[in-house]
Amino acid sequence: MRVLVIAEHSQETCFSATDHAVTAAKQLTSDVDILIAGEGCKKAAERAATLEGVTQVLLADHGCYQHQFAESLSKLILTLAPEYDYFIAAATQFGKNLMPRVAALLNVAQLSDVVAIESADIFVRPLYAGNALEQVQLLDAKKVLTIRATAFSATNHGITPAPIKQIDTQIDWNKTRFIRQTLSPCERPDLTTARIIVSGGRGLQSQENFQLVERLADILGAAVGASRAAVDAGFAPNDYQVGQTGKVVAPQLYIAVGISGAIQHIAGMKDSKVIVAINQDPDATIFSYADYGLVGDLFEILPKLITALQNQ
Amino acid sequence: MKVLVAVKRVIDPYVRVRVAEDGTGVITKNAKMAMNPFDEIALEQAIRLKEAGLVSEIILVSIGEHAGQETLRKGLAMGADRAIHVETDATFQPIQIAHILKQIADEEKPMLALLGKQTIDGDHNQTGQMLAALLDWPQATFISELTLTATTATACREIDGGLETIEVDLPAVVTADLRLNEPRYASLPSIMKAKSKPLVTRSLSEFPAAQIEHIKVLAVSAPAERKPGVRVDSVEALMDKLKNEAQVI
Ligand SMILES: Cc1cc2nc3c(=O)[nH]c(=O)nc-3n(C[C@H](O)[C@H](O)[C@H](O)COP(=O)(O)OP(=O)(O)OC[C@H]3O[C@@H](n4cnc5c(N)ncnc54)[C@H](O)[C@@H]3O)c2cc1C
Ligand SMILES: Nc1ncnc2c1ncn2[C@@H]1O[C@H](COP(=O)(O)O)[C@@H](O)[C@H]1O
Repeated sequence: MRVLVIAEHSQETCFSATDHAVTAAKQLTSDVDILIAGEGCKKAAERAATLEGVTQVLLADHGCYQHQFAESLSKLILTLAPEYDYFIAAATQFGKNLMPRVAALLNVAQLSDVVAIESADIFVRPLYAGNALEQVQLLDAKKVLTIRATAFSATNHGITPAPIKQIDTQIDWNKTRFIRQTLSPCERPDLTTARIIVSGGRGLQSQENFQLVERLADILGAAVGASRAAVDAGFAPNDYQVGQTGKVVAPQLYIAVGISGAIQHIAGMKDSKVIVAINQDPDATIFSYADYGLVGDLFEILPKLITALQNQ
Repeated sequence: MKVLVAVKRVIDPYVRVRVAEDGTGVITKNAKMAMNPFDEIALEQAIRLKEAGLVSEIILVSIGEHAGQETLRKGLAMGADRAIHVETDATFQPIQIAHILKQIADEEKPMLALLGKQTIDGDHNQTGQMLAALLDWPQATFISELTLTATTATACREIDGGLETIEVDLPAVVTADLRLNEPRYASLPSIMKAKSKPLVTRSLSEFPAAQIEHIKVLAVSAPAERKPGVRVDSVEALMDKLKNEAQVI
């Protein structure tokens, strides 16, 4: 049995989502390869090669993969497919964009957001915003999965790197063209791997007030998250959204400020180890998920909390 | 140009879903149903393109139980021109849905297929990408902005670190994210008018590629519940708990 993990990278480095995908892959077999496809992505490949227990890294470094479009990557993966039984990526926007395309070219099903691997063909995944878990058997010979990073620990990076093999296949695809990217500044920890997250909701009322959440996060060395309502209202960028349709997170500590606790938000954070809710409405749903609930006006509580943390 | 919009009937997003005790699935009996929210957004976008004179006809497709016709009627009332219902009581995987949509796209030759980015029951987020692969069309997924010309679509996509704008040649598959637009309500006159718009029912047997079984559901269970928490009455008490009890700060 062989697994191909599709790495997520910025050409310069390989993102931690891949470290989690490798852990899932190693639960299936010890024969795990990683594919890095991009342009000028040798550094990312070198980083991936240090992941412990990886057999080899396949490096497809060519201009045709510069923007990592699903259209060309899926065709590249199809050329490699005869060698592999499983194709795994993390369930990020990148993985969700790509893996269904791979599965369709193979004419097989794909499982999204796998949270447990029970055997070679039995997997568990959430449905209905995490209100149900389904245990399914995949009948297809080739199995395509995206895994939920929070359900699998990260594989460590070691010192002896795996060999890197060049792949020369080029895929011509000119029907998709890159125009621009607007990336959020990333001076804070990444939401999906942060140890602490402070999230703000509609209760913050404005983008200006949302800085209270950011200040609290910075004191704690935390990432910043947001509810959909806060993103829609323009308090925070789209990639901060936590929930059924945003990011799924499971930090050691999740502090929800001015968030009511709609099921779609809960879906993205309920596996956090410790949940704190700060809300002025004592009946807010978020309190039923919180380990520690503090009822009150966030505009009084946050400044006090910030001062208390600064003084400790 | 013609546009295909795929819509699914799902349990209303604000209903609290419960798992059946026998482990076979969730309780759908008497549950309030709705058009999948993302599909409603996809349809709204198609209607706006038609209003802008860029689209000539909007064809709705839904695959599922008989009652899915209600969802199609709602879509017709919002502004779609005609509907195709592929009736089945079976639950399909995205790959099967994609095969059905592909066959309909081959017949209808739309320049654009607009889908939701995900169904809120299965939470797969796959069908649009699979359809694009089967048709060998470009894809613009998870989009929050769309502009169209006769030959191209420019879309702003919600990606992991922010936003990405791409241009794709038509025909293409586009999947809608929540921030693309706010869907309209159908007016009473348009609901009446929708009753006479064409809705054809097609049998599943017309779609052989969709009949391959890919997965077997072994059990459906409820997730573990969180232990009930406590209320604290001050910032000091909260700090104390986080430091000494939970030891997370
Ligand atoms: C298909 C679909 C997908 C969705 N996906 C997501 C998703 O991924 N993520 C997500 O978050 N949502 C999602 N939603 C939206 C979700 O249903 C809720 O609308 C949203 O989470 C509400 O955000 P909120 O809690 O910030 O706002 P609200 O529900 O308006 O809550 C604001 C809270 O702030 C409190 N508050 C106000 N002022 C103060 C104050 N001064 N001090 C303290 N507390 C205060 C209020 O008591 C209230 O509880 C989705 C919805 C749909 C239909
Ligand atoms: N049964 C169905 N009938 C029509 N369209 C569907 C169906 N299932 C999924 N779709 C479309 O595919 C999109 C993505 O669904 P999914 O891949 O299941 O998350 C949905 O938002 C719909 O646009």
